[in-house]
Amino acid sequence: MNETIRDILAKVGNLPVPAADLAQDADLYAAGLSSFASVQVMLGIEEAFDIEFPDNLLNRKSFASIAAIEVTVSQILKAQEAA
Amino acid sequence: MSVVAFAPQALSLCVRAQRVAAIAARHADDVDQAGRFPSEAVEAMKAERLLGIQVPASHGGEAASLTEIAEICVILGQACAASAMVFAMHHIKASSLVEHSDDTGWHSAFMRDVAKHQYLIASATTEGGIGGNLRNSICAIEVDGQICRLEKNATVISYATQADAILITSRAHADAAPSDQVMTAFLKHQYTLEKTTDWDTLGMRGTCSEGFVFRGQAPAEQIFPKPFAEIAAQSMLATSHLLWSGVWYGIAADAVARAQSFVRAAARKSAGVIPPGASHLAEAVNLLQLVKSNLLTGLKTYDEARANPDKLSSMSFAIAMNNVKIASSETILEIINRALLICGIMGYKNGTPYSLGRHLRDAHSARLMISNDRILGNTATMLLVQKPDLSLLGG
Repeated sequence: MNETIRDILAKVGNLPVPAADLAQDADLYAAGLSSFASVQVMLGIEEAFDIEFPDNLLNRKSFASIAAIEVTVSQILKAQEAA
Repeated sequence: MSVVAFAPQALSLCVRAQRVAAIAARHADDVDQAGRFPSEAVEAMKAERLLGIQVPASHGGEAASLTEIAEICVILGQACAASAMVFAMHHIKASSLVEHSDDTGWHSAFMRDVAKHQYLIASATTEGGIGGNLRNSICAIEVDGQICRLEKNATVISYATQADAILITSRAHADAAPSDQVMTAFLKHQYTLEKTTDWDTLGMRGTCSEGFVFRGQAPAEQIFPKPFAEIAAQSMLATSHLLWSGVWYGIAADAVARAQSFVRAAARKSAGVIPPGASHLAEAVNLLQLVKSNLLTGLKTYDEARANPDKLSSMSFAIAMNNVKIASSETILEIINRALLICGIMGYKNGTPYSLGRHLRDAHSARLMISNDRILGNTATMLLVQKPDLSLLGG
C-alpha cells in the first residue's frame, strides 16, 4: 500500500521533492501539495484501491501525510470488508 | 484619533451599528467620488467600539458571533459599501486572532489590545507573481534569533496607511514550498510601506486597496504558531465569504429600498393604478430573499462547524462557503439591475433619492474579489471526489 501511495503522489502530487524520499509522517501540504493536487491524489487512490472516500474523511487531516493516508485507506477497506 | 473613553456596550450592537451607518451614509457619495478612505465612518466604528466586539469577553471584547458581525455588515452595507467592506475585512483578520491565538502567547495579548485601543487591522495576502492565489507565497519570512524580517511586494493592501496593524502571509522559511505559509502580525511602527500602485476603480473606491512594498521587522513571536493553511481553511475562507456576502446583501437591500420608495411614490400619485415598475419590484424582493436565505444558511453552517476543526477543513464545508459567495455576488447584480429598471432615469442619475450608480459600481466588485471563475474551478475540483449534499436538513 505504501508503495502504491508513493507512486500516486509521485505521478499526480506535483511535489517539488521526490515522493519516494518523503518521511512517513512528513506534512504533505508543507512539502508543497496543493489543494488541486490533493484531489488528484484522492482520485488516484480511489482508483488504485477501488474505494470511495466518504464525505467525513474528505478533510485535510486524512491526507496530511503518507501515514495518514494509509490509516484512512485501511479504515475504508476494513469498513468495506465488514459490509 | 478620537476614541471615546465611554464604552457603549450596554446598547445593542445594532443600535451602535445604525449610528455608525448614519455617519457613513452622510459621507458615502463623497468617499465614492473622491476615492478616499471613509475616515468618519471608521472613527465612528472606533467610538462605538465595534472593532473589538469579536474578541472574547475575557480579553476585553464582547464575544460577538459571526452572525452578529454579519448583521452589522448588512447595516453598514446599506449606508456605504466601502465603510462596510473595511469593517468586514477588519473582522476577517480579527477572526484569525480570535480563532487561532493560544491563551498565553503574543497574539492573545494583541487581541486584548485590539479591543482596548480599537486597532484597525489590514491584510496583505496577495503578492506580485502569484496570480491571485493567496495560498501561495514567493516571499519568505526570515527568522534571526528573536527577530523576524519580511519584505513583500504586496499588490493589494486595503486601507494600509490607515491601519494600526497588518497581518501578512509569507513562506514559512527560505527553503519552504510556496504553499508552506505562515501569517505574521506587524504593528504600525514595525513596518514601512512604499506605494507601488493606485486604487482608482469603478467601485469600492473608499477601501483604498493600493499596492505596496512592505518591509517589516518584529519579534519572531508575532508569527502565528499555526500554519497559514489551517488559518485560511478554518477561519478566513468562511469569514470572508460570509461577511463579504453581508456587505453585498446590504448594498442590494438599499437598492431595493430605493426602488420600493420609487414605486410607492408613483402609486400614491396615481391611486388605483399599479405603477409599471411594481412587478420588477416583486422580482427584486424575491431575489433579495434568496440572498438573505443563502447567507443565513451559510452562517448557520459555520456556527455548527465552528467548534470542529475537521468539519471546518472538510470539502463539504468549503463548497458550502464557496456557494454562498458565488450566489450572493451574482444575484445582487440582478437585484440592482431590476431596481434600476424601476427607478429609470432617476436611478441612473447621480444625486437623486433613487440614485443607484454607486450601488451598481460597488456591487460589481463582488464577482471579482477572489474571482468567481477561480472559486468555481476550485469547487469543480472538489466535486471530483466530494458528493454533493442532497438532503434538506443535512447530516
